[in-house]
Amino acid sequence: MDGIHDLGGTQGFGAVRHSPDAKAFHADWEKRVNALYSLAVRLGVFNMDEYRHAIERMEPRHYLTASYYERSLTSLATLCVEKGLVTRDELERRAQGAFPLALASAPGRSNAPARERFRAGDRVRVKADHVAGHVRMPAYIRGRVGVVVAESPAYPFPDAHAHGVAADDEPTYDVRFSTAELWPSSADAAFVHVGVFQSYLERAPAD
Amino acid sequence: MAGVPASRPAASVEQRLDAIQSVLDERGMQPGEFIVQADHLVEEKWVPENGARVVARAWTDAAFKARLLADGKAAVAELGYEMPRHHRHLVVLENSGEVHNVICCTLCSCTAFTIIGLPPDWYKDLEYRARIVRESRTVLREMGLDLPPEIEVRVWDTTADTRYMVLPARPPHTEGWSEERLAAIVTRDSLIGVARL
Repeated sequence: MDGIHDLGGTQGFGAVRHSPDAKAFHADWEKRVNALYSLAVRLGVFNMDEYRHAIERMEPRHYLTASYYERSLTSLATLCVEKGLVTRDELERRAQGAFPLALASAPGRSNAPARERFRAGDRVRVKADHVAGHVRMPAYIRGRVGVVVAESPAYPFPDAHAHGVAADDEPTYDVRFSTAELWPSSADAAFVHVGVFQSYLERAPAD
Repeated sequence: MAGVPASRPAASVEQRLDAIQSVLDERGMQPGEFIVQADHLVEEKWVPENGARVVARAWTDAAFKARLLADGKAAVAELGYEMPRHHRHLVVLENSGEVHNVICCTLCSCTAFTIIGLPPDWYKDLEYRARIVRESRTVLREMGLDLPPEIEVRVWDTTADTRYMVLPARPPHTEGWSEERLAAIVTRDSLIGVARL
């Protein structure tokens, strides 16, 4: 989905709050959230793609103002409700207040019907797909041309795996894009490498 | 209605978390026990010192470095480091005098956390996720790393379950140092690529 989470290349943000000894956690409850969502994944209540997608489905104002671990908590709770472990009413009764959850999911999709195997050096174009459900193609590469630098082992296809849709595992390709291709005249000179699922790619004509 | 600003105030995050934990507990999932185990993992097992040891070994053992660059997951396993099952691939990115690599996850917060440690707060912040792919040199300069234009910058966006780790360039003044002493100078920031050593 073209959601609020898809931040790569969005302009208008300020400085990164960086320090060399920055913490991963700032409170004990954050560690508890992190443990409980991974426990749920470990026990097969949901998978990582469902988990990521339930964060993306948060109402945009909630997404932007929630802390990282509040987003994690919201995904965990949303999936526990959707999987039938508990009702929202019961959660709110126990929490003694409103319990904001993510919005409903759109349907997923399976692999692209025709997928091509690529090799390092091949020029590829990211298909101009607009996907209602979960997708791991950041919008900033949509329709853009890059060069394959490597192939990964096969992974579950996220667009299907986040939705309980049957699909084959498929490789991702590390594709190298120049920032001049991604944001002409409007980016620092660099290459951006993105892990792109095979279904998202088509062969591009040679230069 | 889900997500719509509520007519009554939201419960605190702690109250919400307690509610979920009580549900998992009633389901027999033993969340309390797992929280204790996970605390040990995040505080003691999944730490940047792992990546630092990998780097120090690569700096002092050319054959190991070749294996690390060819198949990162198998090479770190030689040193006893595991990765979660869904991380099927570790790609190690070598910095040099000509090339600088930096990693990010624009869509969420993915990292090789068992090797380089759990991501620090700023890595997960909206600012880093939005800006590092488009304004890499500017962001790195703001973070204290001013790269000359002749160094090629490569940003790696972790959009799949392939994970990345930067292999920093070995500082010239460390000639003859022991592996242990070398490991001590490798920082988490250098494994992410927002610093050079």
